[in-house]
Amino acid sequence: MIEVRDIHKSFGDAHVLKGISTTFEKGKTNLVIGQSGSGKTVFLKCLLGLFTPEEGDIIYDGKIYSNLSVDERRNLRQEMGMVFQGSALFDSMTVAGNVQFPLEMFTKQSKSEMQDRVDTVLKRVNLIDAHHKFPSEISGGMQKRVAIARAIVMNPKYLFCDEPNSGLDPKTAILIDDLIKEITEEYDIVTIINTHDMNSVMQIGEKILFLKNGLKEWEGTKHEIFKTDNEAVTGFVYSSDLFKKVRQMYIEEKN
Amino acid sequence: MLFLPEVVYFYFMNHLAQIGSYFLMIREVFKKPTKWRIMKTLILKEIDELVYSSLGIIIFISFFIGAVVTIQTALNLNNPLIPKNLIGFATRQSVILEFAPTFVSIIMAGKVGSYITSSIGTMRVTEQIDALEVMGVNALNYLVFPKIIAMLFYPFAIAISMYVGIFGGWLAGVFGGFLTSADFVTGLTLDFIPFHIAYAFIKTVIFALIIATVPAFHGFYMKGGALEVGKASTTAFVWTSVVIIILNYILTQLLLG
Repeated sequence: MIEVRDIHKSFGDAHVLKGISTTFEKGKTNLVIGQSGSGKTVFLKCLLGLFTPEEGDIIYDGKIYSNLSVDERRNLRQEMGMVFQGSALFDSMTVAGNVQFPLEMFTKQSKSEMQDRVDTVLKRVNLIDAHHKFPSEISGGMQKRVAIARAIVMNPKYLFCDEPNSGLDPKTAILIDDLIKEITEEYDIVTIINTHDMNSVMQIGEKILFLKNGLKEWEGTKHEIFKTDNEAVTGFVYSSDLFKKVRQMYIEEKN
Repeated sequence: MLFLPEVVYFYFMNHLAQIGSYFLMIREVFKKPTKWRIMKTLILKEIDELVYSSLGIIIFISFFIGAVVTIQTALNLNNPLIPKNLIGFATRQSVILEFAPTFVSIIMAGKVGSYITSSIGTMRVTEQIDALEVMGVNALNYLVFPKIIAMLFYPFAIAISMYVGIFGGWLAGVFGGFLTSADFVTGLTLDFIPFHIAYAFIKTVIFALIIATVPAFHGFYMKGGALEVGKASTTAFVWTSVVIIILNYILTQLLLG
């Protein structure tokens, strides 16, 4: 579990996070949503340890990040997996090389052990045939799956995804959402996803945190988001006619 | 509105901050080293990319510059009282003292430096450096340290440059009819000071470190997108050249002055 207690983060005069508190449980897909500039990326980078909040604590399974030594922080980092918006695969390495990279850097496994593990995770993301291809030779959806494989190869406790569906067609986006959800349940990890994609919210939002101007505006589940009267949330989530109709139908069905 | 002294002050302070950041980066490069098994592969790859793949252009330029230095010297030494072997002497001094270590380093600041800035800058833009940092890898050690070690092999390229430059001079001098082969070789050995070779290689090693680190600094800390990668490469070339020229003056004063 990750517990966030009243974190504040500023850049110069800009107060980006203004006291956010929440908890993210394991085995669940936690979504962070909000408009551009609401502080989602800064929030995610604070959770990753890339930014240090000026106030407040982030607690990873009872370990307060700010109290950890440099070595303990490094060890904690190795328990985190990250899927970047643009996949962030290493261009100079093959798909297998990218997935194997964390194993080479942080484990003492033999080559055959590493290859077995790489094969296992590539099979898990249905990419075993792309083993020897370079990132430039595969599609955006495949790159995202390689990034997921790289993020889970070390058996992380925490998985972070920044806009995992951006730039993907709707069908591939759903495949990626389902894959992240399946992996979250299978590995029993804490998954936190930054997204703008309302399909993801409806599909996998087991817990949704809505940020507005650096504050927690609302939190709940994908079922609760249909019923909420919070204008900021409904204005953001149901901004398209299609989603407005979906919401209307859901409410009528429930009544 | 800012007055001129304030503009100068901000400009100066900005550059001072950049210099400070550069030395902090150098300190980080040597912290938390990457596993030797991985580092060894990276170093070999960088030797190939930075030094070995530059040999062609170094040989090409050295040959023709050596030839031109000989022809220019020969054309300007038209007094019959001046011995012809001075053409060989001037070629040797020009190539060993300045052309090979300094001029070739400026060219390498363009070729190797822009490659370093653009490759690291692209990694920054595409979040590959963020990916390394999230994993807990010291990105500076992983990316810059192998380049520094690879560039320690750069003096070998400069030794080849010296040899080819003098060979080019001999070829142009003898076959252009400016002097005999014997005169050229006599000139080459005339008043030879072995420390000049040491001076050239001391400069080369220092320039190699500059070529590896200044462009890496500009690539690693760049912000923006593809356009900024291009701008960072240009800025890196300008600053690498400026630092090489200034250090060339300081080292010459210290070692030969």
